[in-house]
Amino acid sequence: MENAISAALSRRNLLRYAGATGLATFTSPSLAQSVVNLPLPGGVDERQITTAFPQKGRMILQRTRPPMLETPFEVFDKGVFTPNEEFFVRWHWAVIPTSIDVKNFRLNVRGHVERPLSLSLKEVLALPQIEYAAVNQCSGNSRGFFQPRVPGGEWGNGAMGNALWTGVSLKAVLDRAGVKAGAVQVRFNGLDDPVVKDGPDFIKSLSVDHARDGEVMIAYAMNSEQLPLLNGFPLRLIVPGWYATYWMKMLNDIEVLDSPDTNFWMKTAYTIPDTPHANIKPGQTGVPLVPINKLNARSFITNITAGAKLEAGEPATVRGIAFGGDAGVKRVDFSHDGGKTWEAARLGKDEGKYSFRRWYTRFTPEKGDYTLMVRCTNDRDDVQPDQPNWNPSGFMRNVIEATPVSAA
Amino acid sequence: MKTVMTRKVLFLALVVAAVSVVQQAQAKTRFVLKSEDVKLPQSDRGLPEGPGRDVVQSNCFTCHSAGMILTQPPLPKATWEAEVTKMRNVYKAPIDDKDVPAIVDYLTAVKGPK
Repeated sequence: MENAISAALSRRNLLRYAGATGLATFTSPSLAQSVVNLPLPGGVDERQITTAFPQKGRMILQRTRPPMLETPFEVFDKGVFTPNEEFFVRWHWAVIPTSIDVKNFRLNVRGHVERPLSLSLKEVLALPQIEYAAVNQCSGNSRGFFQPRVPGGEWGNGAMGNALWTGVSLKAVLDRAGVKAGAVQVRFNGLDDPVVKDGPDFIKSLSVDHARDGEVMIAYAMNSEQLPLLNGFPLRLIVPGWYATYWMKMLNDIEVLDSPDTNFWMKTAYTIPDTPHANIKPGQTGVPLVPINKLNARSFITNITAGAKLEAGEPATVRGIAFGGDAGVKRVDFSHDGGKTWEAARLGKDEGKYSFRRWYTRFTPEKGDYTLMVRCTNDRDDVQPDQPNWNPSGFMRNVIEATPVSAA
Repeated sequence: MKTVMTRKVLFLALVVAAVSVVQQAQAKTRFVLKSEDVKLPQSDRGLPEGPGRDVVQSNCFTCHSAGMILTQPPLPKATWEAEVTKMRNVYKAPIDDKDVPAIVDYLTAVKGPK
């Protein structure tokens, strides 16, 4: 334990050091600050910065218990992989085991299967390994930008992250158990529990075909290290291209179902209007609801923040990240005039279709005001919309972001 | 004959090289997990003074800390009523009927439209 603490401390110092040396490239606030402004329309946009959480560096404190920690946005300028220490955290219930013994942990597979399993971590790690990069994004990332505002976790844009995930395919585990004919869904549960009696345990399901697509992963490593406890140690479900609600943390129970899952977390919570961009008018009712599913395309400028002052006549580098959701990034376009004209940005290394992708461009402003915009088109030709979506849960925001700046 | 021998040697060398590459790849990606034992921090934040503050804190903080409320934007009373109802009916928060109006009034006073 002492070693773990000193390792965590030295890691934190390293991060501080790395941050300090990289400071010149940030236009965003200094490391010494203890509050951050997200900023959200209509207020309550100040948040504390916390370093109090285990295995975590500087995080934006949304809620202490159960933890909700947002990644400070400048982290996304450092590269396409979000460091584990700065990866966002979101739990539903406050009963979270704080101690996990790798010798005693078991992953159970049960339900509509030929051979129920109780796998040790050693047995899981012995299965064929798979690895890929994938974006993990909260359904409600950017909820705080919804207008009219909606209740919930009032995130800025930092309830997302990209990591290299390593583990075994869910299919390999299901095949070992032998899914019986007639299975329709596979349900996942983690070690967290409701605080109150009869509170609905957080459980999520995927269709049996999705669960057996060979891509859905039971991950034991994140960016080539074991997962921080708050990101789901020791095992986390990875559902690439889908929202984080399905990425069950501390996964310890897999149940194959022979009838559709009607539990609260599938039927009621995390549902979206079955409309393009999950968009409805405030107050609109009678719209069919479906469980939230695939991520949509998004893109962000990461090195210039709103209100930045650029030097007139000097070429400025504009860069950021994009992701295509459940498909790769086909192109990223940049506009300096609020979307009147667009030009293609250069794309960085392709780390796989589910990953963040870097983009870069140059822009030489004259004196005046500019609205910088960035727009991602994915490989299915889905493009970010120019109008924000709205729904009462604050899900799936992916409007083209605007960054007002001036040059003098 | 000599060529055949050379080919065989070359082939064997290739096989050995290929096997060692595979072994290296396996060695490189083999993971050993270590037990984790952490402490989660307690919230040191409370809610602003006002009528009903204590009843809100004693009920709502069972499941979540003050941050959940402090970060909310101004929301109309009907939204706060719906939130409290959801917490009771869906998340099974053990809130007495008699406490509901005080909780809704406090939230509307502190987090209502300005």
